[in-house]
Amino acid sequence: MTTKFTQDHEYIRVEGTTGVVGITPYAQDALGDIVFVELPSVGKVLKKGDEAAVVESVKAASEIYAPVAGTVTEVNEALSGEPGLINTDPENAGWIYKIEIADAGELDGLLDAAAYADMTK
Amino acid sequence: MASSGPEDLHQTPLYEKHVAASGRIVPFGGYALPVQYPSGIMNEHKWTRDNAGLFDVSHMGPSFVRLNAPSGDAEADHAAVSALIEPLICGDIASLKPGQIRYSLLLNEQGGIIDDLMIARSPDEAGVLYVVVNAGTKDGDFALIEKALRDSAVLVRADHDNALLALQGPEAVNVIAGLIPDAVQLGFMTHANMSWNTIPVTIARAGYTGEDGFEILTPAAHAEDFWDALLTDDRVKPIGLGARDSLRLEAGLPLYGHDLNETISPIEAGLGFAVSKRRREAADFPGAQRILAERDGQLSRKRVGMIIEGAPAREGADITDSAGTVIGVVTSGGFAPSLNKAIALGFVSPEHVATGTKLQVLVRNRAQAAEVVETPFVPHRYFRKSI
Repeated sequence: MTTKFTQDHEYIRVEGTTGVVGITPYAQDALGDIVFVELPSVGKVLKKGDEAAVVESVKAASEIYAPVAGTVTEVNEALSGEPGLINTDPENAGWIYKIEIADAGELDGLLDAAAYADMTK
Repeated sequence: MASSGPEDLHQTPLYEKHVAASGRIVPFGGYALPVQYPSGIMNEHKWTRDNAGLFDVSHMGPSFVRLNAPSGDAEADHAAVSALIEPLICGDIASLKPGQIRYSLLLNEQGGIIDDLMIARSPDEAGVLYVVVNAGTKDGDFALIEKALRDSAVLVRADHDNALLALQGPEAVNVIAGLIPDAVQLGFMTHANMSWNTIPVTIARAGYTGEDGFEILTPAAHAEDFWDALLTDDRVKPIGLGARDSLRLEAGLPLYGHDLNETISPIEAGLGFAVSKRRREAADFPGAQRILAERDGQLSRKRVGMIIEGAPAREGADITDSAGTVIGVVTSGGFAPSLNKAIALGFVSPEHVATGTKLQVLVRNRAQAAEVVETPFVPHRYFRKSI
């Protein structure tokens, strides 16, 4: 199981052919209190870089982009009632959606943990 | 998420305190100010509603207007200084009692709002007004006021050598009682010159959060000590601009540059109360013709409050009627931490302003349900002193 990162602060945790997508602890800290999450619909087909979801803090809305192409297979409904899960546990309970990865090769273009840590230093 | 360099911005006398408290510094109105501290906007907002929040509002424009040759007759001098400033605004300043504060509006010739401001009659000095304007407009405001004063009075800026602090929330009065005991005697919208540890301060029972509270003008050299003294009280926490904005939005209070600008009139903005009776009858203020006609019902738009279902509708979002026709625009919108709902202020055509009217807002091109509600969204808790 590997986790890759985008320069826009999304993570994708690869579990077989599925990717679990959310925002990094760094990103949630920068955004502040999350008050609303607009989830994608299950079945939606995304290209790499497409807007997949929107995370709203008290102050502003931020788009969440698809790290890789694929089809949305599941969304984290818990965020509808408790968007703050992204603040308290962004990498686990605060995941946003799961995607069936269309082209595993696209993962190679993303940052690994060390490179992402370097970028946000 | 980008942080622009605060080095080219003005710093308030409390800048180092914000940095030391790990405030997240952002540019705002030309100043480097904290948008939030580590506990976050939501916690800061709720803390202010339940306890006492301490805000640095030194970026604003406090000033004093001083008659050049006061006669010493307090009433005559007040009448003289009021007569100089009244031609710029729609408020009755002449009738203010010593220490009384009035919310007013600087208007252009078309009746549009140049700024909203507080004008107060000095409690103890004849022919002196205390005037506080907004940060973003202060240079233009001060130039306009100076021009109107001609050779009869001077405007003395108090924004460079002072800090302006706001202590807001239900515990504010109990906190201030320990530092400036006389301040608890002030009624809402009055001010006085007092002292803290022999340091002279100008203290007003006012604010822009909907809560009871105080705004204190203190010399820059003593600002850090006063800030620290307030924060030694467990009921007080420093609060950033983020929560300041969500608090004023819940209080239904318009924000200059967003809900108010030079095209919007006091009547459209729902600030008809700021057009004083005497001035209405005399019709002697800028844009009187338009404003009085609007007051008689000839309006093309009016400010409303809305509760939004779903995602917050931000400034600029279109408002439509239930059939989908665009009838207005959101001017301030966000999330209300006290209500756990999205709320917004916006302008709509007059047939849609009734409480309960069902509207829609377009968020990312999707229509979401909105309903016109009474403002404030959260009841004001000002300290109204019984006379």
